[in-house]
Amino acid sequence: MSFLVPTLYLLSAVLFILGLKGLTRVKSARRGNALASLAMLIAVLATLVEMGVVNYTFILIGLAVGGLVGAVAAVKVEMTSMPEMVALFNGSGGGASALVASSVLWGSVIEPGSGQTAVAVLAHAPGVTTVLSMLIGALTLSGSVVAYAKLAGKMSGNPILLPGRHVLNGLLLAGSLGLGVWAMFSVSDPATLSMVAVLVLVLSLILGVMLVIPIGGADMPVVISLLNSYSGLAASATGFVLQNNVLIISGALVGASGLILTQIMCVAMNRTLANVLFGGFGMEADAGATSGAAAEYGVVRSFSAEEAALVLENAESVMFVPGYGLAVAQAQHAVRELANQMEKRGTKVAYAIHPVAGRMPGHMNVLLAEADVPYEQLLEMDNANPEFRNTDVAIIVGANDVVNPAAEKAPGSPIYGMPVLEVWNAATVIMIKRSLSPGFAGIKNELFEYENTMMLFEDAKKAVQGIVTEMKEL
Amino acid sequence: MTEAVVMGPLLIGLYVFVLAIFVGFEIITKIPPTLHTPLMSGANAISGITIVGALVAAQGADPNTSTLLGLFAIITATINVVGGFLVTDRMLRMFGKKKK
Repeated sequence: MSFLVPTLYLLSAVLFILGLKGLTRVKSARRGNALASLAMLIAVLATLVEMGVVNYTFILIGLAVGGLVGAVAAVKVEMTSMPEMVALFNGSGGGASALVASSVLWGSVIEPGSGQTAVAVLAHAPGVTTVLSMLIGALTLSGSVVAYAKLAGKMSGNPILLPGRHVLNGLLLAGSLGLGVWAMFSVSDPATLSMVAVLVLVLSLILGVMLVIPIGGADMPVVISLLNSYSGLAASATGFVLQNNVLIISGALVGASGLILTQIMCVAMNRTLANVLFGGFGMEADAGATSGAAAEYGVVRSFSAEEAALVLENAESVMFVPGYGLAVAQAQHAVRELANQMEKRGTKVAYAIHPVAGRMPGHMNVLLAEADVPYEQLLEMDNANPEFRNTDVAIIVGANDVVNPAAEKAPGSPIYGMPVLEVWNAATVIMIKRSLSPGFAGIKNELFEYENTMMLFEDAKKAVQGIVTEMKEL
Repeated sequence: MTEAVVMGPLLIGLYVFVLAIFVGFEIITKIPPTLHTPLMSGANAISGITIVGALVAAQGADPNTSTLLGLFAIITATINVVGGFLVTDRMLRMFGKKKK
């Protein structure tokens, strides 16, 4: 028996790695995900074997309730709401890690009431990592809930900038960590220790809220990636508490994954992580030299769906550029229908995907996959940009900042230097947008005034459906 | 005179952690942007591995603080695991669909 359990844990760790490896290709991705879930099952079985026969009442209740909630959420969620869903799942993972660490603290130290300190009972390393696990787990939970509220529109996506927030956050971090570690080494009275533990959890929860409220809606891809990473690190910390390598390994894999995605998102916005986390981007742009300019537009040409259809009828190649507006309007199926119409007429169709289009990494790819768009037609930014010169019509559906020429042409602009899709190189640009209102960067988009730009002022879905109807009549 | 260096559990854990981070970096930098959302939800489900700790925490028949914390840990971890893997599979099924 002593050989079986560690072997199963090793098998589980290997399968997690192979599962992630499967995700490197579209063809093997589904199998990779299945391997990872098999790894999870093996880890759970190994633990049950290790535990021997115990009272299963709470275990079964927990598995039943959690499994039901998770399954219903996974089946019912709209693809457009995937960022909110992932935020909530991140939060539940972080919360679970904090709860496990807390349970260890209560079960091993506080409830037995032996009058010894936590490090005396648990040994040094687990004692200290218990605090880390509670801190990271709790701030992941509360941060994810705030991210969810912002993504779901339950609170404003605007950055909330409290004065002195950096000092306050520093104090919260130092306070919860310092207090927790101190208590592990010095507090032997169970009642005092439980009070300190609750205080550490509360401070960590407040810190999580404070870390996410200053971050604006357009920066959400960075935050979700980062919270993803935290949820992995919390699991790793729990692994140190329980001295279980499977937790350490899989937590580290998730931590690494989240960090890489965070890095990719930051590069795609030409910003440092520190700038995203501490910047409060939208507010600073408003206070800058471009303020007020957002509303000032010169000649903007507005067109109807019929005119757009006429242009598209003669196009040999079109490039769709989807953005967050496509997700909000649920326009992915309408776009696919328009693409079908075009392809029937022999037009070459492709899609240009900016890395931060939408609210999470890969958001647009998932929506278009839902609408049966073949993934071979989706071009990454670096591959799409040279193609615009050979494109007859670029159709922008609900994107704004990621196609703003100011990023390349206006050195004074807040977004100058951010890599963007060079849609203006296409012969004609059809911009579908509800109004001239600025994007999340809060700045003017001169593309609207370009001579080759046709503005179509309407909801993305209605506009695209309108063009489809017109095209069918042509 | 040299003493044999015996690694304690903390040190072994740190070795494992650092090496796993490198493995993660190696694999994940190869994942194409198209799969970034499924990667996130899949990785997210993997972070639910903390369910292993939750099982230990929730054993026992007495509804005391540690067991109740364990119960809530199992609920949240299971939501994460079951929901995460299912929703990832749902997305990947769409990617795999054949062209009509």
